[in-house]
Amino acid sequence: MQCAQIQINHHYVGLWTGHDFHPQFPSFATCSKTELIDLSTVDVILISNYHCMMALPYITEHTGFTGTVYATEPTVQIGRLLMEELVNFIERVPKAQSASLWKNKDIQRLLPSPLKDAVEVSTWRRCYTMQEVNSALSKIQLVGYSQKIELFGAVQVTPLSSGYALGSSNWIIQSHYEKVSYVSGSSLLTTHPQPMDQASLKNSDVLVLTGLTQIPTANPDGMVGEFCSNLALTVRNGGNVLVPCYPSGVIYDLLECLYQYIDSAGLSNIPFYFISPVANSSLEFSQIFAEWLCHNKQTKVYLPEPPFPHAELIQTNKLRHYPSIHGDFSNDFRQPCVVFTGHPSLRFGDVVHFMELWGKSSLNTVIFTEPDFSYLEALAPYQPLAMKCIYCPIDTRLNFIQVSKLLKEVQPLHVVCPEQYTQPPPAQSHRMDLMIDCQPPAMSYRRAEVLALPFKRLFEKIEIMPELADSLVPMEIKPGISLATVSAVLHTKDNKHVLQPPPRPAPPTSGKKRKRASEDIPDCKVLKPLLSGSIPVEQFVQTLEKHGFSDVKVEDTAKGHIVLLQEAETLIQIEEDSTHIICDNDEMLRVRLRDLVLKFLQKF
Amino acid sequence: MQGTAKALPGAAHGPKVRARRESGLSIPTLWVTAAWRPRKERGSQPGTPGSEGGSGALSGKSFNSSRKGVPGGTGLGSRTQGGWGPGPGRVLLQVQAPGRGRGPRAGPAWEPGLRPLHPPALGSHARPLGYAQAPPRQIRLRSVPPPPARVYLPCRRRRSRRCWTRRPAPSHRPAARDWLSAVQSEGPERGRAFPAGAPEAGAPGCACAVRAAGLVPAELRSWAVVGQAWSVGSGSAAATGWGAACRMPEIRVTPLGAGQDVGRSCILVSIGGKNVMLDCGMHMGFNDDRRFPDFSYITRNGRLTDFLDCVIISHFHLDHCGALPYFSEMVGYDGPIYMTHPTQAICPILLEDYRKIAVDKKGEANFFTSQMIKDCMKKVVAVHLHQTVQVDDELEIKAYYAGHVLGAAMFQIKVGSESVVYTGDYNMTPDRHLGAAWIDKCRPNLLITESTYATTIRDSKRCRERDFLKKVHETVERGGKVLIPVFALGRAQELCILLETFWERVNLKAPIYFSTGLTEKANHYYKLFITWTNQKIRKTFVQRNMFEFKHIKAFDRAFADNPGPMVVFATPGMLHAGQSLQIFRKWAGNEKNMVIMPGYCVQGTVGHKILSGQRKLEMEGRQVLEVKMQVEYMSFSAHADAKGIMQLVGQAEPESVLLVHGEAKKMEFLKQKIEQEFRVNCYMPANGETVTLPTSPSIPVGISLGLLKREMAQGLLPSAKKPRLLHGTLIMKDSSFQLVSSEQALKELGLAEHQLRFTCRVHLHDSRKEQETAARVYSHLKSVLKDHCVQHLPDGSVTVESILIQAAAHSEDPGTKVLLVSWTYQDEELGSYLTSLLKKGLPQAPS
Repeated sequence: MQCAQIQINHHYVGLWTGHDFHPQFPSFATCSKTELIDLSTVDVILISNYHCMMALPYITEHTGFTGTVYATEPTVQIGRLLMEELVNFIERVPKAQSASLWKNKDIQRLLPSPLKDAVEVSTWRRCYTMQEVNSALSKIQLVGYSQKIELFGAVQVTPLSSGYALGSSNWIIQSHYEKVSYVSGSSLLTTHPQPMDQASLKNSDVLVLTGLTQIPTANPDGMVGEFCSNLALTVRNGGNVLVPCYPSGVIYDLLECLYQYIDSAGLSNIPFYFISPVANSSLEFSQIFAEWLCHNKQTKVYLPEPPFPHAELIQTNKLRHYPSIHGDFSNDFRQPCVVFTGHPSLRFGDVVHFMELWGKSSLNTVIFTEPDFSYLEALAPYQPLAMKCIYCPIDTRLNFIQVSKLLKEVQPLHVVCPEQYTQPPPAQSHRMDLMIDCQPPAMSYRRAEVLALPFKRLFEKIEIMPELADSLVPMEIKPGISLATVSAVLHTKDNKHVLQPPPRPAPPTSGKKRKRASEDIPDCKVLKPLLSGSIPVEQFVQTLEKHGFSDVKVEDTAKGHIVLLQEAETLIQIEEDSTHIICDNDEMLRVRLRDLVLKFLQKF
Repeated sequence: MQGTAKALPGAAHGPKVRARRESGLSIPTLWVTAAWRPRKERGSQPGTPGSEGGSGALSGKSFNSSRKGVPGGTGLGSRTQGGWGPGPGRVLLQVQAPGRGRGPRAGPAWEPGLRPLHPPALGSHARPLGYAQAPPRQIRLRSVPPPPARVYLPCRRRRSRRCWTRRPAPSHRPAARDWLSAVQSEGPERGRAFPAGAPEAGAPGCACAVRAAGLVPAELRSWAVVGQAWSVGSGSAAATGWGAACRMPEIRVTPLGAGQDVGRSCILVSIGGKNVMLDCGMHMGFNDDRRFPDFSYITRNGRLTDFLDCVIISHFHLDHCGALPYFSEMVGYDGPIYMTHPTQAICPILLEDYRKIAVDKKGEANFFTSQMIKDCMKKVVAVHLHQTVQVDDELEIKAYYAGHVLGAAMFQIKVGSESVVYTGDYNMTPDRHLGAAWIDKCRPNLLITESTYATTIRDSKRCRERDFLKKVHETVERGGKVLIPVFALGRAQELCILLETFWERVNLKAPIYFSTGLTEKANHYYKLFITWTNQKIRKTFVQRNMFEFKHIKAFDRAFADNPGPMVVFATPGMLHAGQSLQIFRKWAGNEKNMVIMPGYCVQGTVGHKILSGQRKLEMEGRQVLEVKMQVEYMSFSAHADAKGIMQLVGQAEPESVLLVHGEAKKMEFLKQKIEQEFRVNCYMPANGETVTLPTSPSIPVGISLGLLKREMAQGLLPSAKKPRLLHGTLIMKDSSFQLVSSEQALKELGLAEHQLRFTCRVHLHDSRKEQETAARVYSHLKSVLKDHCVQHLPDGSVTVESILIQAAAHSEDPGTKVLLVSWTYQDEELGSYLTSLLKKGLPQAPS
């Protein structure tokens, strides 16, 4: 499960989220530990890809969540298909009642293995309904890659192509001076989706990295080859092939490989069945997202030809799709054949029937391609099993070598990732290459842990109105550095700050009012600038004399000088960083002296 | 509307002379300079204005462009010789600090480093459009109002901006000269100084320049050096940079086509120092040079790539993209061309079709080739809807759904805080296959909108559809043939869907044909780009793809002579060539037949002629064709009507509106309506006419969060009565601007604060003890200064805020006490007020 939450400018941005799915107990799923976050305080949810939105109805329905969800169009459409399939599979086997007493800790302790070890069973929930799915999806706002979305005037979020699936995205969350990138489920391999946009990730202050490959040791290309050859071998021997899979994603690539492979392998007569309640929709939808596909497929659309070759497979009747094993399928079904169907956990869906049907014959083969589930666990209830099992996990997401390449390219100031990526996998603890290696070391987070990101916000953008800018008087303090003092009225609206010129002070009227005005003034009158610099005594004395002070005496002190104007009974202490004028209450004199002193100082 | 002097209405010959009003105005002293760097390696030689004489001579050369060559109105025969840029190259601004005088040239009389945006002669051909390429934005502070610029600055009244058209230029005088004389009329010495680029040292205004010069960040001064160095090398530059330099930020728009006209859409926009060309269309009404926009207006000798930052194509109709291969391959442009994916897919097909008709059928030579179309399309960058495309560091564009045809888009062009929206063609009511145009409240400085149906308010779509079906049905019933000339993509699909459903419902048997092989292909595009169609089609496409027609079949030429009723969709839509014209000629003689024109027809086409009632047509070969068949017009073309245009203006909330792609008379009407209803200025320049809008972008700076929070903590809303001021120091370093508190500014610059303190002795007659005097002072001040914090400290002293008052005995007179009032410079007001208050003495103590 992936879920992170970032707080910027008091706005929470949730980075969503898959759900922990319990394959053993299909009707239940948990989503994130909701006690940790008050979902009604989440302003925005950003969805990375369609696999990462399966828990969305749990969040948007019945939690008080009122924010907006952002996702790309393919993500929403295919996400809907995945959820629809899930709901359909679950609703096919309705349960009149479900037990809940076992969730009591004392009882649970006594139960057999998988149940005994399950954590947080109390948060397990029933699968959502189609109604909830629709309601959840209606809260999604569609976005396109590189679209800049303003949130509350304070934050801007932008989805970028992540190269993993149709419409999958990484997100940039930035204010005017900070940039956080959320990289989840990205791929550098060339499959069907648009390639990953790496350039836009540059200059990030923080890069949150998650959704790396589940099988870091497997090479997807090799796996596809193995998949094809095993498939061909089985079919040639008269056996059937079962491919448990999701209705979208890798299946498109597999079909494309098979399309090229069929003729050379002599499989042209073997029927391919794709069985899923959303099979047709999935195949159709894949053809209409030309803009989200890689360049090759885009150019095909320009011809105009369908981007995926499965259109041709369907046309030539080599690939057939059915909503379920009932109905048309039973008439058309002939063996040997290849069946693509779900659910990849082998706990529900049509795949269960095929496992039962073909499990007893060693001619048949089941090929696991989805990396999300352990195939051993998936097969456990079907044992003993005569059919062959091939494990070819195809996970195109980033592996650790690619990650280090990516990080070198993108050079974020800080990397944040889940704890398990910072150490080798427990099963292969000697493989030091199977962890994220970057400088400075990645900061890791654990589930339900709050991590403070190590940067301090120093600046915010503010706009200076042209009228105000006109009135500014800059002075050059050092070469290349100029200063101007600004006194202006600050207007803040929707988190946008604007400086406007101060209103003109009302012209002073009568004497009495004037006095009052002068009392009020310190509040709104131009503040006196700070001073800097030092006063060279000799020049100062010369200036004094030039301005008509006759008997000027200078005495040296420990820290500086004292200038005495005997006639005026005035004493001026001059030190390195201070000047003190002590005089009688003669405002004229004081102002004259002040102006002389100010001549030598710089104002800020 | 003031400002725009009327363009000569479609004058076919002779120079266009336009009047231009001028006004003397103040110049802002803070500039957002999108200053300039030599963009890429733009081969052209940079130039700097030399002396007045030189510049005059030079500009004589480079500005010596004919005024007649405006790529103007409909019937313009001659081609312009002038370019939209100076022949020889860009002009760089020269920046000098007069105080640090560089050689004989003293500093300019205005702020150095301003962007040398546009050359002075606004309307002249010789306008270096492209040379102002901007480096990071800079602000410039406190400069001298550059006097000559007054000539060009329109009034800054927010709501009444003027549009300037070309300057009047007596034809015997080169434009630059003319401009110069205008400058001189403002003030002789300024006039001289200005165009020369190096005002004499003593020229008025220089004194201020000195002040300003000290403030020029070093980076800019280094630019000054560059500017100078370049100026030395190039003797041939036009004297335009200076004038340009002092102009305030502005947006300029010049239609090369579609100005008070429909067809040949091509609009040049200059914004924030970036130059963008919107659409690149051909004119259906012409078969000669006039069918393409006159790109020599942009530059005569230079490469277009140097003058344009990007080209944007709104949709695939030929009047919006038809000149593209000519422009990019034959005239030569290598920069990026942006369009949406469907446009990129369909555009080359229509271009190829167009080429075939022109070359193969009409036998034209010197037309673009298929290879050129391919090469041209290689320069295209496809954009997604709502994607923000960063053309370069500053220029960004964003596409919105326009609903006119598949893939039609409106574009927002943005540089910094200035923006322009170009609608292309759009439709505000969803039709049978496309959705309605939509734009967010993006508040652009300028909205450039089409105005094809500026005066029409169409009845509901349903009525029109019913009418259409009724007419088709009646004709078919009586055995007549219906010809519907359409363009292969767009209306055709909508009408096909309409007829298909009608045929199915009424169970008609008469065949419907769709001409040319393009049909199926076209429908295929609609299937693959279904995400661009309307919601209903998108929702149902898995079950039934609306673009798979059962009743509509491909047409064969031989079918035209078949007896019996039929409906034929044939291309092209304006009956100006091709199959639709062929069929028309065959069927025109029979009054049972009917031709339905579902869209707009450009003047000069057969379609336009028959719609305007002509019944005898002269065809090629002096043949006269008598039209007996019924001619019907149905407005199906998906342009927004007057209501729709108003709706879009309301949606986008622009600061001003500019109308293109419509007929002048109708525009006039709409212009008034827009000005009345939205109280914004509305312009409708003719081709070749320039509209200039001054903008006043605000300057973004970084404010330290500490300072901002301190201010915010004091309450959010400044009250009107007593506005609270934010005080800070703006640090300008290189190109970064930071607003910090004064203390922080000192700290950052590594400077120590110098404290200036005053202590005044105030003599009081009071024989009591010092402590008592202090106590009296305290109670007195406490009662007078109610708003201030007055404290009596244990050591006997009194403080008012940070002002310290101590009472001491007089050394000589025991009846007098001396009050020492001490304050810092920052508290001067209060300190000085206190001393004067205390001097008046204390009120008698109630003893």
